[in-house]
Amino acid sequence: MSRAIKEQQAEQRLFQARALVAFAVIALVVVVMLARFFELMVLRHEEFASRSERNRVKLQPMPPARGLILDRNGEVLAENRLAYRLEVVPERVADMQATLDELARLVEIDAEERERFEAMVKARRAFQSLPLKLRLSDEELARFALDRYRFPGVDVVPYLTRHYPQGELFAHVIGYVGRIDREDLETLDAERYAGTSHLGKTGIERQYEDQLHGEVGYERVEINAEGRVLRVLDREPALAGQNLFLSIDAGLQRAAVAAFGQESGAAVALDPRNGEVLAFVSVPSYDANLFVNGISRRQYQALTEAPLKPLFNRALQGTYEPGSTLKPFLGLAGLELGLRAPDYSIYSTGVFTIPGQTLSFRDWKRGGHGRVDLVESLAQSVNSYYYQLALDMGIDRMHAWLDQFGFGRPTGIDLGGEVAGILPSREWKRQRFDQPWYPGETVICGIGQGYNTATMIQLAAATAALASQGQRWRPRLVHATQRGFDTAPSPVASAAETPVPIRQLSHLALVQRGMEAVLHSPTGTAHLVGDDLDYRIAGKTGTAQRVSRSRREGAPERELTGDERHQALFVGYAPAAQPQIALAVIVEHGGSGSQAAAPVARKIFDAWLQRSPPP
Amino acid sequence: MNRAMRSPGDWWRGWLPRDIDLPLLLGLLALAALSLVVVYSAGGGDTDMVFKQAMRLGLGFVLLLICARIPPSAFRRWSPWFYGLCLLLLVAVVVAGEGKGAQRWLDLGVLRFQPSELMKLALPMMLAWYFHERVLPPRLGALLVAAVMVGVPVVLITIQPDLGTALLVALSGAFVIYLAGLSWWWILGALLAISAYAPVHWTYFMHDYQKQRVYNFLDPNADPLGSGWQTMQSQIAVGSGGLSGKGWTEGTQSQLEFLPERHTDFILAVYSEEFGWIGVAVLLVLYLFVVGRALWIASQAKDTYGRLVAGAVAMTFFVYVLVNGAMVTAMMPVKGVPLPLVSYGGTSAVSLLIAFGLLMSAYAHRRMLG
Repeated sequence: MSRAIKEQQAEQRLFQARALVAFAVIALVVVVMLARFFELMVLRHEEFASRSERNRVKLQPMPPARGLILDRNGEVLAENRLAYRLEVVPERVADMQATLDELARLVEIDAEERERFEAMVKARRAFQSLPLKLRLSDEELARFALDRYRFPGVDVVPYLTRHYPQGELFAHVIGYVGRIDREDLETLDAERYAGTSHLGKTGIERQYEDQLHGEVGYERVEINAEGRVLRVLDREPALAGQNLFLSIDAGLQRAAVAAFGQESGAAVALDPRNGEVLAFVSVPSYDANLFVNGISRRQYQALTEAPLKPLFNRALQGTYEPGSTLKPFLGLAGLELGLRAPDYSIYSTGVFTIPGQTLSFRDWKRGGHGRVDLVESLAQSVNSYYYQLALDMGIDRMHAWLDQFGFGRPTGIDLGGEVAGILPSREWKRQRFDQPWYPGETVICGIGQGYNTATMIQLAAATAALASQGQRWRPRLVHATQRGFDTAPSPVASAAETPVPIRQLSHLALVQRGMEAVLHSPTGTAHLVGDDLDYRIAGKTGTAQRVSRSRREGAPERELTGDERHQALFVGYAPAAQPQIALAVIVEHGGSGSQAAAPVARKIFDAWLQRSPPP
Repeated sequence: MNRAMRSPGDWWRGWLPRDIDLPLLLGLLALAALSLVVVYSAGGGDTDMVFKQAMRLGLGFVLLLICARIPPSAFRRWSPWFYGLCLLLLVAVVVAGEGKGAQRWLDLGVLRFQPSELMKLALPMMLAWYFHERVLPPRLGALLVAAVMVGVPVVLITIQPDLGTALLVALSGAFVIYLAGLSWWWILGALLAISAYAPVHWTYFMHDYQKQRVYNFLDPNADPLGSGWQTMQSQIAVGSGGLSGKGWTEGTQSQLEFLPERHTDFILAVYSEEFGWIGVAVLLVLYLFVVGRALWIASQAKDTYGRLVAGAVAMTFFVYVLVNGAMVTAMMPVKGVPLPLVSYGGTSAVSLLIAFGLLMSAYAHRRMLG
């Protein structure tokens, strides 16, 4: 027994030694563990704290409200309208198919919409609300409201959609917004467009996308591991896009469109004192609203296949032979370049031939106009005066002169897609056709035909330069921008272009007299239009062919119809003494400028001058 | 020896409250209280969970008190039978067990359990029973017998396969052998042998999913949304806690459910996130106190069996703390080892408290020997 006790004590001492060592090791391990925790929790705290924060907090973009577009008087041309869409939270819907079938009885849901929605259901998380049907009609809203209790998880959600209250009136100016597509995504600043679904596709909407879009705001939200939003931590509000005030007057625009009636054509009206575009018309037009939420194939086809091509922007991209509307510019050139004295006159026989050649050029009036000076040459649009003048001037000087007015290159109006037109020269012809210039071509250029083409913006801007004694302004549509309605609009400065140097203002006055005579002299081509005016218009009619150059001036146009008929043009400004508006009008296939285009111009002048009397 | 059984009068002394080691009991109660506090937060304020956990812990403490009143000699006599039963169950698992991927569970109709868990207690008891009769430090022959006692269940658990539990079971056996006075040279040799064997085991005996677990541990960022998720989120939870923590129920990692298994295996991450390093230090010191007190109690026991079992229980208890701590701080591959007494769940807490009951029994009956 004593031996056993002795052993017991020895064993106990052995155990105590072992336990002590074990405890020492354990204590050491505790220290190591504390060190490890210290490393993570204190030394690397920042790293993990930020990762935890990134886990927890998501930035949710809040797209800005797009800036409005208004006319110069504040009439709304593009706005954000409240619309309602049907949204479904899949996890709250027990039987999706049955619910969709039931909903389809209340709300029109086509196969395409249903398909897209079902694809979304598969791709997104079940607690996310998914749009099923956009733009509910009032009737659909009412029907759904009545039966709402039957549809848990289905909700009507308000949203903003772009709307163009003027419909067709401004489609070619303002353009439209459309859904951001794959192509856009490649060039877009993804951060700035976070949460935005639409962007400007054409027109002002596209040109001023940057200002209209605004700055995206963010909501910092707390989410859980599933991604479900639990609460909003804070928000940085979106900065709404800038409102744009166009220099266009909606009333004038309406009057101008009305003036065209059923005809197709274009008109651009400018304020010659600053280049502001007062009206910008291309008819026929289309309803820009169709494009905002995706146009149906059928509707799009109808637009593209319509014979008068409503989608074509005639004012911006249509190039036309300027025809006789070029005569005031060339008449002025004769005086300014010293080729013609103010009292110089010619005798019009009705036919003009280049000395030594057999090819003949005609006046529009059989038998000719008799003796005419510059004023009469403009009033009666006497071709012979300009055939000879062109020949004397030569193509090089003619090109240089007309170039000063901006022909042959884009005016730089604040719309994308503007075309240049053609101001022919030796250089241009060599490059284009690899051919030398022939004198006969100079002659035909003298009456604005031949290779010449111009856009209505160019013609209007050049006419404005005549009205403002050579001063030239870059045409522009936006004349003020505004950040929020509680701030004053800040005007956009006019951009002056290199002026046309006028040596003697008396030359300009003489040309103006000729242009006034077009409407106010009994001999004037448009005197029927100008007869009863209580103000004076300086203008010029033009009749030309758009495509074919084969037909010579003087062909019996009244016998022609439709496409074969000539394009009718008119350029002018008013009031002649203190010009406030300069314009260029084309009525496609209208026949003659005096009969088709001048009346349209007159209505535009009337509309503008009678509502805004000279200061 | 065996005085307790011979003297019925002494036997009753175990029922006296003064024979329960109050500091150890208070330490365990403190851990249990902490468990309820953290479970409340980790469960997202679910009082039902707290109540359930309180019931389990209560049951555990009752069992502890009951075990404390059973003399060590009784446990000693039951040890071979208990060990034998566990071995049989392990064989049964291998033959007819079920589990996902690996066979671990034994379904007895009403009761589904892992025999390998029982072995964590049965093996130290068996070894202590064996060494109780032997002269210590053990001789070579005794060591070989002990090695077989450890080896058989470990192999059976390994082929389930459940390498983690096998290692923990082996460790609980190794602690007994260590405490019995295994020569330091043997210990050194065993450590070297294990390091040499590990690569062999990796190459020839490890399953792909086990290897994957190790890979994930080595680089949790490689697959942050997959199986590396737990490790990474746990590390983020712990690290974001900082020195003083985000505050009780304010831990975003756990409250927003980024942390998986937050009320069970990863409860320490929740605790760390909400109570900070200071809280962790308090907890680890509390564990150190419990383990130290348990080792002290073990060394006071007058019989070899009680001493060895108590010592092994204390050391194994700490191993769980270490493994769980290493797991949540991404120092060890993820393995389902709960944080002793704090993690939500009954099995672990109750069996641990029973083990502490054995330890208390050794304490309660220390005076009867000698």
